[in-house]
Amino acid sequence: MLEIRNLHARIAEDGTEIIRGLNLTVKAGEVAAIMGPNGSGKSTLSYILSGRSDYEVTEGDILYNGESILELDPSERAAKGIFLAFQYPVEIPGVATMQFLKVALNEQRKFRGEAELSTPDFIRRVKEAAAKLQINPEMLKRPLNVGFSGGEKKRAEILQMALLEPKLCILDETDSGLDIDALKIVSDGVNALRSPDRAVIVITHYQRLLEYIVPDSVHVLYKGQVIKSGDKSLALDLEANGYADIIDAAAA
Amino acid sequence: MNIQTAIKMTAAETALVDAYTAQIGDLIGDGAVLSARDTLVDDLKKQGLPTRRVEAWHYTDLRALLRTVPVADPTAFAERVEPLVAGSSVMTVLNGKADDKTAPVGVNVRRYAESLADGVAAPDLIERGSDDAIGRINGSFVRDGFEIELPEGTELEVPLELQLVQSLGQSHTRFPVTFGAGTKATIIERHLSVSDEASLVTSVTDLILDEGADITWIILQQQGAADSHLAQINFDLGTNAQLKLFVINAGGKLVRQEIHGVVTGEGADFKLRGINLLGGETHTDVTFTLGHDVPNTTSTEVIRNVLFDRAKGVFQGQIRVAPDAQKTDAKMACNTLLLSDDADFSAKPELEIFADDVQCGHGATVIDINPTHLYYLQARGIPENKARAMLVNAFVDEIVEELENEALIETLETIIADWLEKHA
Repeated sequence: MLEIRNLHARIAEDGTEIIRGLNLTVKAGEVAAIMGPNGSGKSTLSYILSGRSDYEVTEGDILYNGESILELDPSERAAKGIFLAFQYPVEIPGVATMQFLKVALNEQRKFRGEAELSTPDFIRRVKEAAAKLQINPEMLKRPLNVGFSGGEKKRAEILQMALLEPKLCILDETDSGLDIDALKIVSDGVNALRSPDRAVIVITHYQRLLEYIVPDSVHVLYKGQVIKSGDKSLALDLEANGYADIIDAAAA
Repeated sequence: MNIQTAIKMTAAETALVDAYTAQIGDLIGDGAVLSARDTLVDDLKKQGLPTRRVEAWHYTDLRALLRTVPVADPTAFAERVEPLVAGSSVMTVLNGKADDKTAPVGVNVRRYAESLADGVAAPDLIERGSDDAIGRINGSFVRDGFEIELPEGTELEVPLELQLVQSLGQSHTRFPVTFGAGTKATIIERHLSVSDEASLVTSVTDLILDEGADITWIILQQQGAADSHLAQINFDLGTNAQLKLFVINAGGKLVRQEIHGVVTGEGADFKLRGINLLGGETHTDVTFTLGHDVPNTTSTEVIRNVLFDRAKGVFQGQIRVAPDAQKTDAKMACNTLLLSDDADFSAKPELEIFADDVQCGHGATVIDINPTHLYYLQARGIPENKARAMLVNAFVDEIVEELENEALIETLETIIADWLEKHA
């Protein structure tokens, strides 16, 4: 589903290279975890996959279902099924949450040549998905993410994901700022979306999240490269021993 | 020998003075009114229209900007339109001619033409000061409008819409309005054009709010792209009175809306919320002065501007706090979204504080669309142009949302969305 080949990327504004020859393949149905110390390029990778213009790809390619997505803008990538659950969801005053959800859903449907959802249909879907994530309906009446607690914002991201039904879900530190109950609710939300035609990339610092969302593969990112890949036992190993050994081994 | 160089009058100045001469014998008024008009026209002749050398007009050089004055046409036809909010009481002023037959029950209304005819209006026809060009022009030519009184305790269940429809020519109106103690009402002062022909519209509104009156006054200006619109609203707030004034400019070629208020009763609260949607070649100026004259009063002013094309915008806001107006709390903000390199906006906030125990602040920002907001919306599949439109809308919608009437909010949101769609 996703194939990243020798990717090099830098910050557009100052030219700082963050991703330095990254290779990664994620298959349909797979849940891949990406771990790594601070500053290794995890969040940058998620932004680049989503098409954020603050970053420039200088070399390599990103293939999604066999096609390069480098020339697509963020809305086109989203409409093709790539979804990034943000580490820090953005507060947008003046944009009503429900209006935002409806426009997003219908614009994506329009892009794919599908009919727009009727308002009653839309509201029913939102209510069902919100109930599963234990989201207070009052929250949906507020402007997008404005005044939401950290946990509420993360749940709102998963709600968007559930409604938009993407094919490639990227979760950027979705566990940060969540208490244990919220973590469980959010993980259940993600697990409900697992399916043979959908891939999930989980970016996290901690093994804890991976107890709830059990990965098929684990990749360690360091200085903009994947330096080690393995199965879920790799995450346990990292939790016990830290990154130092792996980094040393990769440097040797 | 006494040498005086006469200032050469511009085409517009000549047209105004000539129009006055041409209308002598036709302008309504008893002796006192007519002599007040003469005084105003004499001032106009002597001073001409204000230029940028007059401080209050520094950013709106009326002499340079008012190029032509369309000829008044008493036979011009204009028709009433549907009210903004279904079920409102509507009183119309069509091409400057008022109709008082539809005044709501419990509200005392008199046509201003009658007050001019019997001289009741004479004391109104004065200038606020030597720089009061709007009062001067309006006082010279005013023909109609409404005198409105809400007796003590009156609460209007539905909005009262003052609907001023203009097709071409000139319209000069006045609205002295008194809100008795404890009154509660929403009034919509709506100016709109129904033709592409040029008009000159002047309008002066004078509000008095007695003790505890709670009034929402909305000015919606949608003149045509060739129109000059010079308007003024003055108010005096009594003890514990509350005035929420919404000013929305979404039309006109040359627009100046002045707002001059004094807070003279303790516990009074004033809110100004402004939206300027500026596109094409418009020059739109909102000039605001407020005096906090007594202790324990509050005011907040929030102005949001969106500029496209070659539009020019001005906001001048001056808050004065009198020496004994302790515990005044006043905050003013002017935020501008500049969406064209050829557009420009001038903001001039001023605080004059003579009391020592007050909280006053002001801020002015000029911004572009927040790229992080744009990215977030795009990342959910919303194409860039649509995402931009949503964010521009959000920028001004925060103001509209402060209204309490849901139907009114919805109508204004539609007007704003339509305007943005046309100009984006």
